[in-house]
Amino acid sequence: MTQSTWRMPLWFYQMGSPKWFYDIGGKLQPWLAVAAFGLLASGAIWGLAFAPADYQQGNSFRIMYVHVPAAILSQSIFLGMAIAGAIGLIWKMKVAFMVARSCIAIGATFTLIALVTGAIWGKPTWGAYWVWDARLTSTLVLFFLYTGVMALNQAITDLQTAGKATAILSIVGTINIPVIKYSVEWWNTLHQSSSFTLTAKPSMPAEMYLPLLLTVLGSYFLFGLLVIVRTRSQILQTQVGASWLMQHQDITGGP
Amino acid sequence: MYFESLNAFWNMAGHGPYVWSCYGLFFALMGINLWQAQSQKMKALKQVKAFARRNP
Repeated sequence: MTQSTWRMPLWFYQMGSPKWFYDIGGKLQPWLAVAAFGLLASGAIWGLAFAPADYQQGNSFRIMYVHVPAAILSQSIFLGMAIAGAIGLIWKMKVAFMVARSCIAIGATFTLIALVTGAIWGKPTWGAYWVWDARLTSTLVLFFLYTGVMALNQAITDLQTAGKATAILSIVGTINIPVIKYSVEWWNTLHQSSSFTLTAKPSMPAEMYLPLLLTVLGSYFLFGLLVIVRTRSQILQTQVGASWLMQHQDITGGP
Repeated sequence: MYFESLNAFWNMAGHGPYVWSCYGLFFALMGINLWQAQSQKMKALKQVKAFARRNP
């Protein structure tokens, strides 16, 4: 039987090389930092001080500019983590497992922010910090999934085995993502349905929508930056002794 | 600016505590994440450099 000659593009395999990821990541870092900081700062200032108050919710709606990006990222990062895990399983790429591992703490942080800011927003809007509504409950489940993935990842000392186990749990856990997304449609929830997507025309005026776009994009860049910094640390830890690293300027140059 | 005074901006017609605590939480937790990632990287870099010195 002849082997299939179909291959993924070259860059895909190159990103699987620790040296490539380390170097490209190092070059991207400062740009991601500038983009994340600029977008988040301008979006937050715009949202806090310049956007008009909502006619129903008053000023409490300004919480949206941190709540919505945190909620979007909490789900995107889980998907990203599962995809990275799947790539690690299929192509046996160690770097993919490292990326997945880097996602855990960041995703859990964004989920925690989404839950807490949502609770704080709930008080003046619904009169309660917490209700057992489908959207809230499924997001709480997401937080528990992150903590489960984290516990599993840290419980196994062998990095390859930890990466595989984590990947399988993340892939199974993605079942929860459509549940969160469609919870507001499937069940009669107190949580409002989505009024913001990156792809469709917004249902709110531009002076309310644009700051949100800035904080959402800024959060994605911040996530990218954090993943790269954390993955590069893991590359440093696991590649000790590798000739490319020992001859690298980061190691040979400077104090 | 949407608000008429700094006081109104701080108070946000009674919603100030809710709004400011959310922004504080977001930026504090993101700051902690960045700091943690950075210190982890510095530590790893130090270890590799120490290894390089021991094995020239």
